[in-house]
Amino acid sequence: MANNDPVIHHSPLGDYQARRTVHPRRIDGPFRRLKWLIMGVTLAIYYLTPWIRWDRGPYAPDQAVLIDLAHRRFYMFDIEIWPHEFYFVAGLLIMAGIGLFLVTSAVGRAWCGYACPQTVWTDLFQHVDRFVDGDRNARMKLDAAPFTWGKVVRRAIKWTIYLAIAFWTGGAWIMYFADAPTLTRDFWAGDAAPVAYISVAVLTATTFTLGGFMREQVCIYMCPWPRIQSALMDEHSLLVTYKDWRGEKRGSLKKAEKNPGEYGDCVDCGMCTAVCPTGWDIRKGPDISCITCGLCIDACDRVMGEVGRPRGLIDYVTLDDAEVEAKTGVVRPAWRNLLRPRTIAYFLIWGSIGAGLLFLLGTRTHTQITAAPDRNPAFTVMRDGSVRNNYTVKLRNMESRPRDMLVKLEGLPGGRMWTDAMPAEAAARELLLRVPADQTQTVRVYIVAPRATASQPFELEAIATEPGGERAEVETQFQGAGGS
Amino acid sequence: MGNKRVDEPTGVETVGHEWDGIEELNNPLPRWWLWTLYATVIWSLVYVILYPAWPLLEKGTEGVLGWTSRGQLADEMSAEEARRAPILQAIAATPIADLPANAELMQEAVAGGAAAFRVHCVQCHGANAAGSEGYPNLTDDEWIWGGDLPTIEATIVHGIRHPGDSATRMSLMPAFGQMGILTPAQVSQVTDHVLSLSGQSAGNAAGAAVYAANCAVCHGPAGGGLRQFGAPSLNDAVWLYGGSRAAVAQQVNSARHGVMPAWEDKLDPATIRMLAAYVHSLGGGEAFAAPVAATPTTAPEVTPESEGTNGQQ
Repeated sequence: MANNDPVIHHSPLGDYQARRTVHPRRIDGPFRRLKWLIMGVTLAIYYLTPWIRWDRGPYAPDQAVLIDLAHRRFYMFDIEIWPHEFYFVAGLLIMAGIGLFLVTSAVGRAWCGYACPQTVWTDLFQHVDRFVDGDRNARMKLDAAPFTWGKVVRRAIKWTIYLAIAFWTGGAWIMYFADAPTLTRDFWAGDAAPVAYISVAVLTATTFTLGGFMREQVCIYMCPWPRIQSALMDEHSLLVTYKDWRGEKRGSLKKAEKNPGEYGDCVDCGMCTAVCPTGWDIRKGPDISCITCGLCIDACDRVMGEVGRPRGLIDYVTLDDAEVEAKTGVVRPAWRNLLRPRTIAYFLIWGSIGAGLLFLLGTRTHTQITAAPDRNPAFTVMRDGSVRNNYTVKLRNMESRPRDMLVKLEGLPGGRMWTDAMPAEAAARELLLRVPADQTQTVRVYIVAPRATASQPFELEAIATEPGGERAEVETQFQGAGGS
Repeated sequence: MGNKRVDEPTGVETVGHEWDGIEELNNPLPRWWLWTLYATVIWSLVYVILYPAWPLLEKGTEGVLGWTSRGQLADEMSAEEARRAPILQAIAATPIADLPANAELMQEAVAGGAAAFRVHCVQCHGANAAGSEGYPNLTDDEWIWGGDLPTIEATIVHGIRHPGDSATRMSLMPAFGQMGILTPAQVSQVTDHVLSLSGQSAGNAAGAAVYAANCAVCHGPAGGGLRQFGAPSLNDAVWLYGGSRAAVAQQVNSARHGVMPAWEDKLDPATIRMLAAYVHSLGGGEAFAAPVAATPTTAPEVTPESEGTNGQQ
């Protein structure tokens, strides 16, 4: 079938294949508009999110989405994640993974076709090509032309635009990690951290290369996702399908008029291949090159409309439906495949993880206390024979304002405590400690109990003093002088 | 080799191997993959020239950048030293009694003292200053020479019974039994009396009389001790050489005298100050009393001028 394909050539030692540049032709249609919409939304989210302001009071940053690595905080609108709550982020990543499974089993490679950054940026760069060099034919002609001044100027303009987009992409990335307006000022003043410049340089280089030049090669050769997808798809997953039972044998309108009944619906115009962003000919069947973006469906529907034949010669069809349709001619609607046990199971897993995360988020406290007893010395005998233990107590205040916390000794009869910031004479069963906004306060706490107090567990309880204040407690151990 | 053939559906030649009916297509590699290989080769050549790479018999190639991991460590150490220099200067310039007023500096001093303690002090006082028999526990509230910051600092500076330091802490309890000052019976009686001071024995009149005649002058009538002489208190639960009857009797018979070096010659003033701050922070530190006790025997006459100069000091 493809023995005469001019691209594949062999030598006895094996071979390397030079890239055949893809020059997709402009097309309009429902899927192209969907692609525009998703492209606009995803790019807007990426470029603009760091600039959304969100008031959190004087003690926290006012950027809506901020990954504050220096202070180990992750802000997302009203949610603030601390490092010990990283399972929220892990849960989101698991949801993203299962979401991909869900989408793949329901609608096939829709992620590849519409939402993948590689697809979105490749699409953007291909529009730049079209803007600077014209549509498919003009670009192919220019590619083949010798380097004249005109071509050099066009290339310079095109690559400058590539570079500008790539730089903007890298620049937007770092905005997620620091206050965007401040970082922008620092960046141009040369005062930003080296890692900011390095990140921008690396992302500019990768965007420029992957979006401007590698393009569909990333999907075909580099990306592991298509390989995994083939294991996630089944006979009920949507595929872009050329209905060969309807299209074959291919022939022009003139031939079909001369020999009625001999030719199928395909007029062999090649539009489906011309608009393909990865350069695949869908009539050869499904392939790793096909990212199922549906542009060939738009192209073919338009041609079918012009020649007065029914649309859908190329369409989203599952393998199962294709078999039925080929045999009986019954066109089964594609949406029937969305609801089936497999997709419902994925959705339930995805949804229950989400519900679990939301529940945890809603019920978490913003006050925590931990206590670590000194192990060496485990206890100290004081002059009056009483026994002292030392503890490193950590009070965590997860709210964006300073809070007073009352730390109470529960259990340990006769026990009293004081901190390294007060005289031992002030020892009591309660300590009032001020914890700064959004911080963990480490306090050295000395607890002394009467002579002959046996080793025993006891509790430290932290009570935030605001009305209806949260409580947190921790159980720890007191070491008596009897043993060690 | 093997039986190469052209695969019908794809039109691609196979590599000629066959495993249980599974064959492999000889698809060509993309050209950019080859460029990537060349790029890594060039990268490795540049790396070999810039950085230490080839091991030779004596030592490796050095690389034109002159980078070494030891050199990097030295750079990081000197950078850290430079970072700490102003802190150490500030600590050295602040009288130790004023240190607690500056919470941040005090915190630095305690942290620095903890590090220095692990190097210079743990050999005798133990890993976390818990001490052992003959080596005082520094975490409790019993202080032989005093437990406020300036006193602890003075003890570290001049040491205890350190030969050659005129200001060293000096106390010498006579070996009452060994030197024949007390008879063995008297040693036994006074031991009972000493233990009775902390409620560990009933005591006896003979022992009390021996104590009053020989011990009370330093250790106090009730055994409260006298820090001026470095005489430990005997009426509490803390014992330097052990609190059993045998240990106390041995100490009365022939007292042991521990020695701590004067650290003045070995450590810089800032380190000594940090050590004092650390020891004071261990849980038994005492508040610094106004320097009434420390006034010289002849108080200077207070005139408006000298008051001003005193204020400067």
